[in-house]
Amino acid sequence: MSADKNVIKEESMIIQKAMISRNYDAITSKLETGQKMASTFVPGNLNELVRCFGMLNNLPEINAIQAGMRKLTGGYIMEAEKGGHSEDVCTYVKADIGQLGKGNIAPNGKPYPDPDVLLLSYTGCYTFMKWFELLREQYKCPTVMIHVPYQGDGHWTMNMRDYIVKQLKEEVIPTFERISGVKFDIDRLREMMALSAKAEDDLVWVIETAKHKPSPIDAYFGAVYYVGPIFSAFRGTQEAVDYYKVLKKEIQYRIDNKMGPITPEGEMKEQKYRIVVEGPPNWTNFREFWKMFYDEGAVVVASSYSKVGGTYDMGFRHDPANPLESLAEYCLGCYTNRNLPTRVEILEKYINDYEADGLLTNSIKSCNSFSAGQLMMMREVEKRTGKPGAFIETDLVDPRYFSAANVKNRLESYFQMIEQKRRGVKSAA
Amino acid sequence: MGTQEIVTKCQTIYEDLNFTYAREWKAAKAGRKVIGFMPVYVPMELIHAANALPLGIMGGGDQMEVIHGDAYYQSYICRIPRSTIELGVTGRLDFVDMMLFPFVCDVIRNLSGIWKMMFPNVVSRFFDTPQNFEEKIGGTYYIHELQELKEAIEETTGTKITDEALRNSIKLYNENRKLIWGLYDARAKEPWKFPTWELYVIMRAGIMMPVEEHNQLLKDYAAAAHQEDRPKRDNSRIALNGSFCEQPPLNLIKSIEMAGCYIVEDDYVLVNRFLTEDVPVDGDPLANLALTYIKHSVETACKYVPKEEDKGKFLVNRIKQCAAEGVIFAAPSFCDPALLDRPMLSHRVTENSIPSISFKYAENSGQMQPIREQAGTFADSIKLWN
Ligand code: SF4
Ligand code: SF4
Repeated sequence: MSADKNVIKEESMIIQKAMISRNYDAITSKLETGQKMASTFVPGNLNELVRCFGMLNNLPEINAIQAGMRKLTGGYIMEAEKGGHSEDVCTYVKADIGQLGKGNIAPNGKPYPDPDVLLLSYTGCYTFMKWFELLREQYKCPTVMIHVPYQGDGHWTMNMRDYIVKQLKEEVIPTFERISGVKFDIDRLREMMALSAKAEDDLVWVIETAKHKPSPIDAYFGAVYYVGPIFSAFRGTQEAVDYYKVLKKEIQYRIDNKMGPITPEGEMKEQKYRIVVEGPPNWTNFREFWKMFYDEGAVVVASSYSKVGGTYDMGFRHDPANPLESLAEYCLGCYTNRNLPTRVEILEKYINDYEADGLLTNSIKSCNSFSAGQLMMMREVEKRTGKPGAFIETDLVDPRYFSAANVKNRLESYFQMIEQKRRGVKSAA
Repeated sequence: MGTQEIVTKCQTIYEDLNFTYAREWKAAKAGRKVIGFMPVYVPMELIHAANALPLGIMGGGDQMEVIHGDAYYQSYICRIPRSTIELGVTGRLDFVDMMLFPFVCDVIRNLSGIWKMMFPNVVSRFFDTPQNFEEKIGGTYYIHELQELKEAIEETTGTKITDEALRNSIKLYNENRKLIWGLYDARAKEPWKFPTWELYVIMRAGIMMPVEEHNQLLKDYAAAAHQEDRPKRDNSRIALNGSFCEQPPLNLIKSIEMAGCYIVEDDYVLVNRFLTEDVPVDGDPLANLALTYIKHSVETACKYVPKEEDKGKFLVNRIKQCAAEGVIFAAPSFCDPALLDRPMLSHRVTENSIPSISFKYAENSGQMQPIREQAGTFADSIKLWN
């Protein structure tokens, strides 16, 4: 039985790993295959559209994460800072630029070829605009921007949607046609979007399983793997649909057997604390960071980071009947494109729906988009839910800003605080 | 009025953290409204056309102690949002009826949401200017956005903005920009007559008073400064870049000047000259405002530059127009827009053989000695090589 479990458990991870390596191989051999490549961002990722033109999708954020997990980003960041980039700005950008300066080697050991087009999908983060201006300066390649207005009042308007659709029709699609030599085929796009919607249904099922007790998944550390195919280069493919089928089976098995999530050290047995996390994780010390949670019996039941590439759990699905409008709505709805009052509502809802013990904010030094305002958000969520919050500070890929001892102390006191609060409630009752 | 008198008046207005001048303006007539805005750009014409006062809020400066604001922001975020919150929680902005948070960066963007939660009785709006500069795409979008903003202002002020009123406001702001660009040109020609710190306080006070009054004041100052006999020094001529949002303390500007630099170009208080050409008065005023922004506005870090070959062009052109001999990149600490833009701008100026230095500041920077030394050495090196 347990041998079986291991096989089942590992299958989705093995599948995903193979998908990622195939994509990196396709990217690094594009000069031989003649396939064109677009670089773009995770929030506002128009993967179906890119693939519709037979192009590959390369995501510098994902590359920075990959390099961060392999502990290479510290050197890349220093390289960029030596080249005149400020110590104050987003380290994803510096990791990317520094990597360029150091041979630009992909995880498969081969050099990344230059992109044929930069798709500056400006969704939810100001830095994106500068990042691709900086890359454009390096690559001197065509760059097409798509400006996604911010939901300042907590909702999008038809004017915003029309503006995005127009940019798609009049700028992005003609640019892609020119670069790829492929004519735009809206039916091809529809087919892919139908596949996207299927995979999205399954992803939502997966992340919502954290409502179970014990939770069969970790919705932060584990979810970064679960969202992988949809957030990166596989949304709209049969591969992604198949991946989620396998993943669902594994999770169903864990639910049926009242099992916890699978951590790098095996199944998490005891779940003492159910936590909601706001903010991206740290990548350079990802496993160490995760361990601080499962060692204490803390499982993350919902996170905002797993919504940066789309807020599918709030109902959005890619719609093959209205492909361009739907792509526009997708971009508008990404988590960091929503205003702070909405983000507070989302987190409050997570605490209630997932019966969590509190909100932990991992505030990222690099990221103003996420971080500016998080202290106020945390206090507001605490006020509304009556559940305690805690605040830790790390960075995405700059190892200088991950202080393991500090983070561990903070987490331990937070879990104690939850414990005390519980005892208080019990004795008051 | 002599320059001294004008500058003193403006300095008093801009340093007053209780905004007495704007409060008095509001109190002078029943029903008057004040609409605050943050850097970098809002169409002040729309506010003026509703008989309201556009009030530029550019942080708390170096005179304000931030007590509450720090509880809202981590140490690695610039200072302007925390001091602005401080202004809010200490009641200093309690007379402001509406707040506008323009497209600048994610800090100001997120502050718009904080404001909604903290001050639910104030109408707070994020104001998104287009980053697509095609008339039919970004232009059309922007006209609709302006229409929405117009309706929101009408609702707050209770005043219908007629086309006629808007055209009149456009005329007044066209005049304002002309006078300001005129002063900037005059400074570039004879910087010893127009010290930047004086210009700066006049610009800061200008976004805290009715435009009609500012126009008169600009004329008076220009006339007085032209007449004044101020000694010409052997200073180096520099352009200053990166200070478009959080503002430096006045002492920092004075320190650069005292170190032997004539600042002949800057990007302080950009809202008052964001549009580089007159907004046409005839025709649809909203379309005119929108299209002037699309076609004729400054290049700054918070605007996308669609073509690689145009990146940094505005700065290089201004340097040439103003005959600047070097650039000081002075950015607020933790300012993503200015600091991410800096390497690209610095490449452009280097390609044009223009020397540059860079440093960071905060609105409450107190230590001027290092800046004076850096600027002084830079001024000397320019003199040595020219
Ligand atoms: S600022 Fe934040 S959202 Fe933007 S690129 Fe950096 S980490 Fe990503
Ligand atoms: S100083 Fe820079 S980072 Fe801070 S709010 Fe202004 S533009 Fe944004």
